[in-house]
Amino acid sequence: MHPTIGILGAGRVGTALARQAVKAGYRVRIATAQPAADIELLVNIVTPGAEAVEASEAAASDLVIMAIPLHKYRTLSPADLTGKVVIDAMNYWAPVDGVHDDFEADARTSSEVVAAFLGGSHVVKSLNHIGYHEMEEDDRPAGDASRRALAVAGDDPAAKELVQRFIDRLGYDAVDAGPLAAGRAFQPATAIFTGSYTAPELHALVRHPLAA
Amino acid sequence: MEIGAYSFGDTQLNPDGSSRSTAEATKNLFDAIVHADRVGLDYFGVGEHHTVSMPASSPGTIIAAAAAATTQITLGSAASIIGTDDPVRVFQQFATADAISGGGRIEITAGRGSSVETFPLFGYDLNDYDELYAQKLDLLLTLNNSATANVTWSGTARPSIPELDVVPRPVQGSLPIWIATGGSAPSSARAGRLGLPLAYAIIGGQPHRFAPLAQLYRQSAAAAGHTGDNIKVSVATFGLVAPTKKEAVERMYPGWVNLNVEMGRLRGWPAPQKASYLAQVDAPNAYFVGDPDDVAERIVALHGHLGHMRHFFQGDHGGLPHEYLMESITLLATEVKPRVERLLAAK
Ligand SMILES: NC(=O)c1ccc[n+]([C@@H]2O[C@H](COP(=O)([O-])OP(=O)(O)OC[C@H]3O[C@@H](n4cnc5c(N)ncnc54)[C@H](OP(=O)(O)O)[C@@H]3O)[C@@H](O)[C@H]2O)c1
Repeated sequence: MHPTIGILGAGRVGTALARQAVKAGYRVRIATAQPAADIELLVNIVTPGAEAVEASEAAASDLVIMAIPLHKYRTLSPADLTGKVVIDAMNYWAPVDGVHDDFEADARTSSEVVAAFLGGSHVVKSLNHIGYHEMEEDDRPAGDASRRALAVAGDDPAAKELVQRFIDRLGYDAVDAGPLAAGRAFQPATAIFTGSYTAPELHALVRHPLAA
Repeated sequence: MEIGAYSFGDTQLNPDGSSRSTAEATKNLFDAIVHADRVGLDYFGVGEHHTVSMPASSPGTIIAAAAAATTQITLGSAASIIGTDDPVRVFQQFATADAISGGGRIEITAGRGSSVETFPLFGYDLNDYDELYAQKLDLLLTLNNSATANVTWSGTARPSIPELDVVPRPVQGSLPIWIATGGSAPSSARAGRLGLPLAYAIIGGQPHRFAPLAQLYRQSAAAAGHTGDNIKVSVATFGLVAPTKKEAVERMYPGWVNLNVEMGRLRGWPAPQKASYLAQVDAPNAYFVGDPDDVAERIVALHGHLGHMRHFFQGDHGGLPHEYLMESITLLATEVKPRVERLLAAK
């Protein structure tokens, strides 16, 4: 039995991941901050096979993906996400999205700030360093020498393993980058963020993260 | 199918790579619009942009000038960044241009803008982005839909308007108001619910992948009871036409590099690679860079997916030599458009 996938956000990233996860055989529930009825048509047409739900229902899935604009992270419900494995696909990218004090004035990575806000979730940073349309174009079968790799950072080994299996089924190699704080190596404006790499290349880069 | 162009202005470069004047770029843009009108292009959009390399910060002003100097072309913003502007002023500027044009050729396209320069420039907080956009769009629509000059509106994004006159009124009562989006599904659904025409800005990837979004837009409109002429889709992409495909690809490339180097400096991208440019210049990818046959065939192929009624192109960025823009505009109007019409009629 595959884990159920809950996606918070029906924007470019949320819908691309929903389609890719449905294609991989997962049961996918998708939500925004609006009532489920508001996105029913959207989900039927744009992510057929997924289910439009309330955010609290999406949060009740085995694996939850946060794909909302980062500056809205405080609109997430820590109570709903307590004890959950949560992928943080969000980025703090000031030149594109603007400056936000919560991240500008904090030395931690954006994912650590979000994890601290959620409190009781097992946050794993991943899926943030691939463009939304690439998510459905760059996937390859396991074993393909040109298969793209995605980095995974988190403090909970079991959570990370769940995420790695999910990423593999989406069509990508998952590379363990270390604890959540190590996600710094693939935030915006790093070599990993701006490039596309196979697993051996990505392994080398997470050990020696050069600035782009 | 309407064929058009759009521009954010394009500041020319000196041989040493330094920028020539933004005033020159503004005059070049004006000249390009007048030229487009003469050669028979259907539409010209002026984007709102606030950088030295792309200085078309004030679309309403250029469009008012162009309204006086043109006779047939439809002119619009592409887009007006409505969240950080005053909708009253935007409406007044475009209604003024409409009066000067004689009426019926002036449109407003409301967008969020793909970059965030307007927030610090006009003193807004990016955290209010959604709320500013929603309220100001509501005000713009209220002004446009008003039966008389006397308008009442209340909100928090701007002082309320208690029964005040907003003039001039458009010649035909109202202006076409479009919504621009880069292709997020919620924006497509919202435009449909509002019953407004929708402009897709497709700057990468494969444009035919927007087909479900266009379907979502149309079905959202139908579900909200909106039918008729206002439910329509236009598409904006990169594009440059030259006598041969080879020339077009070569002409566009240096400006593409300059644009990507500039954006890369801001956003931490690595140096742009020629391979990633070349990967986008052929069907079914996003850069409509080619000879008239190539570009016409690709417009028609995309039409099969999106059913759009207007396709307009940005070719001038990163200091494209002005004569190449002018030639591309000529070819769009005189070579591409008739081919598109012939191909669509044969379908
Ligand atoms: N664009 C890319 O290529 C890319 C790639 C990797 C990662 N990212 C990151 O992914 C995130 C999403 O980007 P995007 O481009 O997909 O954004 P987007 O197109 O603007 O979509 C954001 C979505 O989040 C929803 N949302 C907002 N608040 C919510 C809440 N509290 N609960 C559930 N849903 C909520 C929005 O719907 P409502 O407002 O209607 O609720 C909307 O559907 C960003 O942090 C971005 O940095 C982007």
